[in-house]
Amino acid sequence: MKDIALSRSTVIQAIIILASLVFIIRLSALQIFDDSYKVEASKNAVKKRKIYANRGLIYDRNNKLIVYNDAIYDLYVIPGQVKQIDTTKFCNLVGLSRESFQNRLAKCRKYSPYKASVFMKQVPAEVYSHFQEHMREFKGFYGQVRAIRRYPYRSAPHTLGDVGEVDSITIMQSAKYYQAGDYIGKSGLEKIYENYLRGEVGVKYIFVDALNREQGKFKDGELDTVPKAGLDIFTTLDIDLQQYGEKLMKNKRGSIVAIEPSTGEILALISSPGFDPNLLCGRQRGDNFKILSSDTLKPLFNRPIMAQYPPGSTFKALVALVALQNDAISKNFSYYCPGYYTIPGYMLRCSHAHPSAKNVVEGLQHSCNPYFWQSFRNSLDKPEFENFEASYQNWYDYVRSFGLGNTLSIDLPGEKPGNIPAPSYYNKLYGNGAWKSTTVISLGIGQGEVLMTPLQLANLYASIANRGFYITPHLMKAYKKDGSFHFNNNIEKKTVPIDKQHFDIVAEGLAAVVDRGTGRRSKMRDIEICGKTGTAENPHGEDHSIFAGFGPFKNPKIAVAVIVENAGGGSRYAAPISSLMIEKFINDTIADYRKHLEAGILEANLIKGESE
Amino acid sequence: MSRNRNVLIDIDWLSIFLYLILVVTGWIAIYAASYSGEAASVFNFSTSYGKQMIWIFISLAVGICVVIIDSKFYTTFAYVFYLVILITLIIVLFIGEDIKGARSWISFGSFNFQPSELAKFATSLAVAKFLSSLNIKIQERNNQLLAFALILIPMALIIIQGDMGSALVFSVFILVFYREGLPAVYLVLGVLLIFLSLLALLVNKFILIGILLLIAILSISYFRKQIQVIVLTIFITLMSTGYIFAVDYIMNNVFEQHQRDRINVLVGKGGNDWNIRQSKIAIGSGGLTGKGFLNGTQTKFDFVPEQSTDFIFCTIGEEFGFLGSAGLIAVFVFLILRLIFIAERQRSKFSRIYGYCVACIFFFHFLINIGMTLGILPVIGIPLPLISYGGSSLIGFTILLFILIRLDAERLIILR
Repeated sequence: MKDIALSRSTVIQAIIILASLVFIIRLSALQIFDDSYKVEASKNAVKKRKIYANRGLIYDRNNKLIVYNDAIYDLYVIPGQVKQIDTTKFCNLVGLSRESFQNRLAKCRKYSPYKASVFMKQVPAEVYSHFQEHMREFKGFYGQVRAIRRYPYRSAPHTLGDVGEVDSITIMQSAKYYQAGDYIGKSGLEKIYENYLRGEVGVKYIFVDALNREQGKFKDGELDTVPKAGLDIFTTLDIDLQQYGEKLMKNKRGSIVAIEPSTGEILALISSPGFDPNLLCGRQRGDNFKILSSDTLKPLFNRPIMAQYPPGSTFKALVALVALQNDAISKNFSYYCPGYYTIPGYMLRCSHAHPSAKNVVEGLQHSCNPYFWQSFRNSLDKPEFENFEASYQNWYDYVRSFGLGNTLSIDLPGEKPGNIPAPSYYNKLYGNGAWKSTTVISLGIGQGEVLMTPLQLANLYASIANRGFYITPHLMKAYKKDGSFHFNNNIEKKTVPIDKQHFDIVAEGLAAVVDRGTGRRSKMRDIEICGKTGTAENPHGEDHSIFAGFGPFKNPKIAVAVIVENAGGGSRYAAPISSLMIEKFINDTIADYRKHLEAGILEANLIKGESE
Repeated sequence: MSRNRNVLIDIDWLSIFLYLILVVTGWIAIYAASYSGEAASVFNFSTSYGKQMIWIFISLAVGICVVIIDSKFYTTFAYVFYLVILITLIIVLFIGEDIKGARSWISFGSFNFQPSELAKFATSLAVAKFLSSLNIKIQERNNQLLAFALILIPMALIIIQGDMGSALVFSVFILVFYREGLPAVYLVLGVLLIFLSLLALLVNKFILIGILLLIAILSISYFRKQIQVIVLTIFITLMSTGYIFAVDYIMNNVFEQHQRDRINVLVGKGGNDWNIRQSKIAIGSGGLTGKGFLNGTQTKFDFVPEQSTDFIFCTIGEEFGFLGSAGLIAVFVFLILRLIFIAERQRSKFSRIYGYCVACIFFFHFLINIGMTLGILPVIGIPLPLISYGGSSLIGFTILLFILIRLDAERLIILR
């Protein structure tokens, strides 16, 4: 009996020793043979926290601040800590419905009850500061400061672009440079100059507890890096001119492009209808984006560089230049306009009655269609070319030398190339050698296949203003790095292979247009404007009103292209708007005698009842 | 007078020494777990280490009292203690404070007390008294039933309170019964039941029953001629099938979500394993020698849940490494084996049985608590004896241990 008892005691002791041996083996496995827990632990306790860099600021050409950063707050929650809070008070403070509060909390809880997750993004500073006073009552919630963009002039939304949270594809493409939650330029200058503006994120190594609360610096901050603010960008925009242009284009659909011809600097780039760029910042971004993108007037569409129109009569200046350079016409080439133009099988009509043009200047002044049809044909039907295709190629090359039919490489995303039909296009359409000058005759007055963006049109007239060259149109003048300015060197001067004397003749003609021709309503007493009205036929509705030009005649300071969609002839809206832009830029004010002209434009509403 | 002197001479100072080592280690670990960077006074009574300091002094005082009191007091009033504690456990159900889902606390002002901690020594005394009575043999069916009733009543009351962990402790008395002659079949049966429970949790119940039926059919066809075996096989199969359904039902209908989670985590079926993962990270990151006192990052920054109570072992594992934690395990094993040694040297049956009760209760807490922090046993919230923060537990274990020390001190004098 005693033996049995003893052996039972032994069994019990064996169980105890066995259990502790299992513990020792398990302990050695965890602590000695498996290093992964050490790694896990360091991940646990030492957290890398990003300190977001301040995004670079954006200035206009007169050093006016047009984009800056404003503090907002992302509200985080650790669901496990949230206990018995006054939900009603919370909701009132941050402006949430109870239902939304519960949904958000449930979502965060589902992600992890112990880890912090974003409860509410982009709480405005004024809301947050109020909330912060009561923060102690809401255990488990904390805020983290972020920056959003602010646009004090509420202007140039398409050009400046917007900033939003980086998407997963970009994160992958960036080799994880970006991380979820980071902001990135989504469009416009913000996108193009993202690498300049974003700055360098700083890193702070901190001890955090299981609830992600900061407990102190790791190694006294030895490994921390300070964030580097993004580079400030100085644009070529004249924000006052930009705003003025937007005012003029209010309730109209179309674009204005203003370029300083001598430098290629873009002074204004207006796409109408526009919107307040502040709408795409902060909390309402998603909602506003939806509203804007479903608007039938397409306010998000960046017309100056993305919309492509037939240039209409504004193209005639180019037709004249090529014809003059080709010796196809002389400056005194005269053509009798009977009001129509005959080609085999067709009779084409001139658009309006006018005296016949006795030279190039008068041809432009009256915008005589037959004059330019003939000039165009003279250019193409010159006998020295071996065949028609070669002669068209010659014309095509001249036209392309103005940067048409291809993007101008402006520093904005999404630029469209327009279209100048290549010889191969006609060969395919009509068959090799089966087309001639009469086939493509509508190009002579800027109709047919030819398409240009407003930017290309403005650049064409900047080239004329320069009498033979243009400089890559651009928006960034310089950026500031370490206190010194670095000028944009992504621009080049492109010389057009047409002699200066021909430009002088055409410029004279363009001056005549405004002085006494189709654009005379827009004539000014003190500034001699050169330009050309145009009417782009539009199969979908009323013609587009176009004007392109520059001023003053001597030493031009500004080249402008204006397109007002469905507004009829060029002299009605586009020409007055152009002249006002030029006057505003050069004189800074509108003269009294032109106030009625300005008022007429400002009051005109061409999209009444069309939107939404 | 002379008798008292003898008693003090025969006190097992080794046990008291081990007790003190554990209590001091516990306090150091609690200090480390709640240390928040700035050095505060160790007598800051708003902190957990400050409070534990008070509890340690109270426990020492209680321990001295327990040792001074004549052992007759314990043997004579064993059932009285037991009844008083049963009544208290019932009262707690009505006036108890609800803490962490368990209605097992009684409040005295700012202090909360857990009567179930005292139920351990009271039940031990009752079990010792019952099994040491004349003519009581654990081998007899009736006595077995009564003995089990003694432990099942407090167990049931504590389960009703909602404190599953503390209730489970009482199952360890089966080891004591085994030592006193309970057929080994019960022990084997217990192990088999645990095994079958695990299978029921892991394998689809219908597949499992199918396998059991297959085994039954094979064994019946093999033992065709032995009616007894066939009857037994059918009986076992039916009981097992019923048991599998019961496990399934309890798992899905009786257990709360967190309990289901804990079990699922353990058997590797996912669930929220945050606690266990953090616990293993804390211990694992300690390495061979640990990060040093107060240098633990996992426990200091609240990664580990309940770090000064149920998961106190993590702090030791992280800051003192393998050497420290293996050392602590060694001290525990030494203490438990010492208690068994003490039990075995008793001439009195009462003292021996009580000694085994103490050793087994210490062992059960040690096993479940450390097994849990190491991730090899489910998360059952019971304290690590003498180490974990908490007054009730410390006082409870002190009384439990010191009664044995008093009984042992009289081993040469009294023969019961």
